[in-house]
Amino acid sequence: MAQKITIEPVTRVEGHGKVTIQLDDNLNVAQTRLHIVEFRGFERFVQGRPYWEAPVLVQRLCGICPVSHHLAAAKALDVIVGAGTGHGLTATGEKMRRLMHYGQMFQSHALHFFHLSSPDFLLGYDADPEIRNVVGVALNFPELATQGVMMRKYGQEVIHHTAGKKIHGTGAIPGGINKNLTTEERDILLKGDDPLNADKMIEWAEGGLQFFKDFYLKNQEFVDSFAYFPSNHLSLVREDGALDLYHGVLRAVDADGKKVLDDVDYQEYHKLIEEEVRNWSYMKFPYLKHLGKDDGWYRVGPLARLNTADFIPTPIAQREFEAFKAHTNGKPNNYCLHTHWARLIELLHSAEVIKELLLDTDLQKDDLVVTGNKTNEGVGLIEAPRGTLFHHYQINEDDQITMANLIVSTTNNNEPMNRSVNFVAKNMMTGQATITEPMKNAVEVAIRAYDPCLSCATHALGKMPLDIRLIGANGEELDHYRS
Amino acid sequence: MSEKIKFTIDGKQCEGEKGRYLVDVAAENGVYIPVLCHWKDVIPAGSCRICTVKINGRFVAACTTPVEDGCNVENNTPELQDIRKAIVEMLFVEGNHFCPSCEKSGDCDLQGLGYLYQMMVPRFPYAFERRELDASSPKIFLEKNRCIFCKRCVRMIKDEKGKSYFAFKGRGKDLEISMDKTIAANISDELAQKAMDICPVGAILKKEVGFATPIGQRKYDNVPIGADIENLQKTNGGKK
Repeated sequence: MAQKITIEPVTRVEGHGKVTIQLDDNLNVAQTRLHIVEFRGFERFVQGRPYWEAPVLVQRLCGICPVSHHLAAAKALDVIVGAGTGHGLTATGEKMRRLMHYGQMFQSHALHFFHLSSPDFLLGYDADPEIRNVVGVALNFPELATQGVMMRKYGQEVIHHTAGKKIHGTGAIPGGINKNLTTEERDILLKGDDPLNADKMIEWAEGGLQFFKDFYLKNQEFVDSFAYFPSNHLSLVREDGALDLYHGVLRAVDADGKKVLDDVDYQEYHKLIEEEVRNWSYMKFPYLKHLGKDDGWYRVGPLARLNTADFIPTPIAQREFEAFKAHTNGKPNNYCLHTHWARLIELLHSAEVIKELLLDTDLQKDDLVVTGNKTNEGVGLIEAPRGTLFHHYQINEDDQITMANLIVSTTNNNEPMNRSVNFVAKNMMTGQATITEPMKNAVEVAIRAYDPCLSCATHALGKMPLDIRLIGANGEELDHYRS
Repeated sequence: MSEKIKFTIDGKQCEGEKGRYLVDVAAENGVYIPVLCHWKDVIPAGSCRICTVKINGRFVAACTTPVEDGCNVENNTPELQDIRKAIVEMLFVEGNHFCPSCEKSGDCDLQGLGYLYQMMVPRFPYAFERRELDASSPKIFLEKNRCIFCKRCVRMIKDEKGKSYFAFKGRGKDLEISMDKTIAANISDELAQKAMDICPVGAILKKEVGFATPIGQRKYDNVPIGADIENLQKTNGGKK
């Protein structure tokens, strides 16, 4: 008898989603869908607000990476106030924002890997869910757990000193920043008491990366076979092809590494990217217009970034990047779980960038804001922890926002996440009529590789438990699991 | 020379000039009585009642009551604190106040009083009034959702002929602050800034300069509202 399985809600990801798996009469997986079932409406209620409020208002989409929204909005407004894109700011303005952003990247990647994903690696994918969580990690691997917590704390401190507070600060304003970094603040971050200093963070980031590589050596077959599929990859890269998480040009490569978007200015992203709406999810499906719906979908995030970038401009991360690239002979890496590997390389890179910036005396200068000729439209892109984030605003002559379009990282990853879930379902569900624990885990592991911020992708409220629904060929519910 | 008088606030001996308003004289004696509509040296409105005190057992507004020789003022009592907290709660539910994205956050007197009185969930239901925004002035963004009707702007922001830039429109629950579009079109930067500064909430915003003060340097980031007055006594060796 045909069945439909629903996994709802999905746990240890940010936001609320559910998975439905439709089985045919022979118990083969006919269709899977990751549904995003909540709606927030930020794009609508920002309308009418004064434009300079957007970076502070819109960052409330998320409590983990608000800095991404804060800075993407500020970058869009830089264009509106005539301060140019990316490099139009003063050195202090741009570098303070970069420090804030890399601080966020550091804390968010630490949170994602150590708090959300490491239980699967450390305790096993098939371990009892009662212990397969951050508390289980803390009890069984206290040293690593402590490092994870302290790394996140350090990143939050960087944000605190650049944005005024750890979550939902106000540092970036249109055309610049509202503060510089005092020498006292710099010294706290650079040479603070162990472990909260820049050198220790680099050391621990290397340790985290080594931990993953050791795990990979022992579990290569599993890691490489889990939700592998070819895709396009999209991200910002610096004009010279370097990995740059704050600013750059848009580049996309296909599964073989051929450029399908060749370093273009993102102000005209709407000519390049289309968003498809499907009636079963609040989250849209973006794709590269010139390649069409079927071939134009792409991945974003750490894996995509290391696939598009030519090099990493910090020495230790570059060394790791070379090893990462060598694994796939320089071609794009399409292994879903290698996203964690890429994420940990970025964690290390972020720690190196933070130290570099802290040693830069531009951060102590007082020239904070630039203005120019105002325009009525601006686009701001940034590489958020989970991938490319688009903010687009239009304003009227009275300085009110009339239009906002946000394409968040997880929206960009919508199609690949659906494909990953489909891959896992086909491998684990075929021939089964009930929801099994390993199947539930595998679906979550697939989604967690992207670390999707489901809440901000639908612009979602509420908690995020796991909900799986098993539906028969005639639409009847046959099994339902909810954590 | 004005006649000096003596009186007490919560048992503390104070002195001042006869006939001056209690709220001002209390401040000079290092005693904070909260205000929202009052502004020193401007004719008082007595509209918000947050400065309610008890004098000789009777409730009065400290901003409209001249100080009298020998009077005993109750200020910081549980009863009065609860009345004031209720007023703050009413002001919150009557408007639409979203502190997280308000650029006056940290500098807002209403928010400062909310913290001072440890307001959590208001005891009154939210009205969710729908009020339009007025962004027509090139210098001022009027956020009517946040207005608490203190009338400071109406009383203090005037052109050279004495005409107010702001006025009240409507009655009762339909009352709202409005801006004279004709003269507001030419308001100076200085006056626009003054309008924003005297507004106890975030109803009047000077355009294009939001969030310029970093968190940590805003008025109430490090000290509670009223601390400047209460510290006055310490800085003057307890002799004010």
